[in-house]
Amino acid sequence: MNFQLSEDIKFLKQSIRDFVDSEVDPLAMEIEEKDEIPEKIMKMSKEIGLFGLSIPEEYGGTGIGMVGKCAIYEELGRTHNGYTTVIGAHTGIGSVGIVEMGNEEQKRKYLPAMARGEMIGAFALTEPSAGSHATNLKTTAVRKGDKYILNGSKHYITNAPIADVFTVMAVTDPSKGAKGITSFIVEKDFPGFTVGKNEKKMGLHGSHSAEIFFEDCEVPVENVLGREGQGYVNALKILANGRAGLAARNLGSCDKLLEMSIQHANTRIQFGKPIFEQQIIQHYLADMAVDIEALRSMTYRVAWMVDQEMKVIKEAAMVKLLGSEVYNRVADKAVQIHGGIGYIAEYPVERFYRDARITKIYEGTSEIQKNIIASQLKREYL
Amino acid sequence: MNILVLVKQTFDTEEKIVIQNGQISEENVEFILNPYDEYAVEEAVKIKEDSGAGITVLTVGPNRSESVLRTALAMGADKGVIVELEEQADEYAIAKIIKAAIKGQEYDLVLGGNMAVDSGSGQVSIRVAEELGIPQVATITKLSLEGSKAIVERDIEGDVEVIEVNLPFLATAQQGLNEPRYPSLPGIMKAKKKPLERFTLEDLELSEDDLATRTTVQDQYLPPKKQAGKVLEGEIGQQVHDLVNLLRSEAKVV
Ligand SMILES: Cc1cc2nc3c(=O)[nH]c(=O)nc-3n(C[C@H](O)[C@H](O)[C@H](O)COP(=O)(O)OP(=O)(O)OC[C@H]3O[C@@H](n4cnc5c(N)ncnc54)[C@H](O)[C@@H]3O)c2cc1C
Ligand SMILES: Cc1cc2nc3c(=O)[nH]c(=O)nc-3n(C[C@H](O)[C@H](O)[C@H](O)COP(=O)(O)OP(=O)(O)OC[C@H]3O[C@@H](n4cnc5c(N)ncnc54)[C@H](O)[C@@H]3O)c2cc1C
Repeated sequence: MNFQLSEDIKFLKQSIRDFVDSEVDPLAMEIEEKDEIPEKIMKMSKEIGLFGLSIPEEYGGTGIGMVGKCAIYEELGRTHNGYTTVIGAHTGIGSVGIVEMGNEEQKRKYLPAMARGEMIGAFALTEPSAGSHATNLKTTAVRKGDKYILNGSKHYITNAPIADVFTVMAVTDPSKGAKGITSFIVEKDFPGFTVGKNEKKMGLHGSHSAEIFFEDCEVPVENVLGREGQGYVNALKILANGRAGLAARNLGSCDKLLEMSIQHANTRIQFGKPIFEQQIIQHYLADMAVDIEALRSMTYRVAWMVDQEMKVIKEAAMVKLLGSEVYNRVADKAVQIHGGIGYIAEYPVERFYRDARITKIYEGTSEIQKNIIASQLKREYL
Repeated sequence: MNILVLVKQTFDTEEKIVIQNGQISEENVEFILNPYDEYAVEEAVKIKEDSGAGITVLTVGPNRSESVLRTALAMGADKGVIVELEEQADEYAIAKIIKAAIKGQEYDLVLGGNMAVDSGSGQVSIRVAEELGIPQVATITKLSLEGSKAIVERDIEGDVEVIEVNLPFLATAQQGLNEPRYPSLPGIMKAKKKPLERFTLEDLELSEDDLATRTTVQDQYLPPKKQAGKVLEGEIGQQVHDLVNLLRSEAKVV
């Protein structure tokens, strides 16, 4: 048993930390206020290869395992979560479908440009009628000659306004339920495809989610991802793959919040001494630290399991659940320790608190993760 | 085109300096690639991208210095050389060591940092040029190669001097030369597979005289804490009078 990150991964992690601390974090407030990631940051992030995290080396990406990826996500989690989400949605759910399910031709066509960040990826599953109940899709795909004709709409699609390539789930055979869903690679310029306006959100500023519409949208047959009828399984695989990564991002945010809370508790004087000296504050900090350590252990263990090609349906759901619950608990305590300034938008704690909230909802709600865990327990024990 | 870049591992410039028993404490200290050397590496990588070059980076220092070679390799250098040296040595000896470590190699261009941010001596690179018998241009802010010569701009305290120099030569990098890149993730992954050559002093042909230190550090101390300033009051004539008095009696400068 070895709980050390390898020297290589430590080195990767440190260089991302340097980048984040010197280039991204100083602009976090600007990102928050303008609801936009400065072009300079996007460009630099692409240059250092952050957009190719999930893409194998032979297609121009980093070709790094899940442990390495989590180490990098952890560092990205320490700064503005909207920035992290733009990258996370692209490298996670936005590109993993093509990496794992794509055929050689599709990989050659899309991945090199996606690795360079010249093409941005998005993942489109959710519809008004299909949130947690993800098989209840109304978007249809009907084959006509060498094309499929897609009709319907999706909502809350992250990166939709900037994306070039969408992994889209649509119903090809309504009589087959979950087995009648197929996934497609849809390019933004395909006829009949449009993107709606950006949603105004509680947090994740700079990252944009929007509706997308298919009106007799023409998708060539060669853009079917995997086999017809495999779409729902594909979607589950893509989501499961992303779970440890999401937990790692939350881990980074928690770590940053703990750091800021300790600093604040140590410098804030009330009743003639630092509030750190109050036992209740010490207990808050201890609770935060224990939660974070548990999350760290689990995140890297699940990542390691992924790298060993072990089955991680239950563990991926667990780490997604723990990651978002811990993030919310830690953010709440961080605001409390900061007192009034924890509520004021001039300081980053308030932003993290709002950004934490989405993690219990997207990529499968906390309740849905528990459903997955329980169904796996049933298989294991009954 | 073969380029040699001389690099050193130094304290992170954000670190607080702590002196213990006359020595600078290295406890919990982050070490980085000397920022001026980073300009030198970046310049070499830019030349490689523009017109092709092989880049060797070399460091002399304790084992932990290997990390700066890895940074330079991740930025785009091709080969690393470390001469392991745990004990202190002065600039004279280090220049001799570098000369011995590159014996038999031909370089068209040698780059280094203007100075190391820890010792601040700014001597090693220039001494290496002397050892190699090649010209040197210090504190450069621009470098353009034109065949077998180069046009170099150097910073001369607020002004610029333009120099034409024949290859091979050595130059030391000043701030403003370029904007060093962050090592890219694929760059870091590739760096692992690049060759790294390791020497100890025993491997090199050095005489006792080469290694004999010419200078030693007698004492190290932190600058005194800044005292609170004094604001003079009253009529301007009175203030001038008081100021002169203070300069004479307290500051003892006039
Ligand atoms: C900012 C943001 C970005 C997003 N990005 C994307 C994206 O890129 N791509 C994409 O496809 N989707 C995306 N989504 C959609 C997201 O995945 C869904 O919002 C999420 O799955 C929940 O679905 P819903 O909103 O329809 O809520 P609902 O499914 O209506 O859930 C409402 C509540 O009921 C609970 N619930 C529902 N069913 C059950 C059950 N069986 N058992 C117990 N509790 C249940 C839920 O847990 C939740 O608490 C994004 C959403 C947001 C807000
Ligand atoms: C939106 C907003 C509106 C406000 N409106 C008003 C207003 O109209 N009028 C007004 O006068 N004030 C107002 N306030 C100020 C507010 O009442 C204070 O922010 C609050 O009392 C906390 O003080 P603080 O921010 O200085 O935090 P601190 O006192 O620094 O507290 C930081 C943390 O330390 C804890 N702590 C401090 N001392 C102890 C102790 N002895 N034992 C245990 N824990 C301790 C606190 O509980 C808290 O968790 C407002 C604040 C905000 C954010």
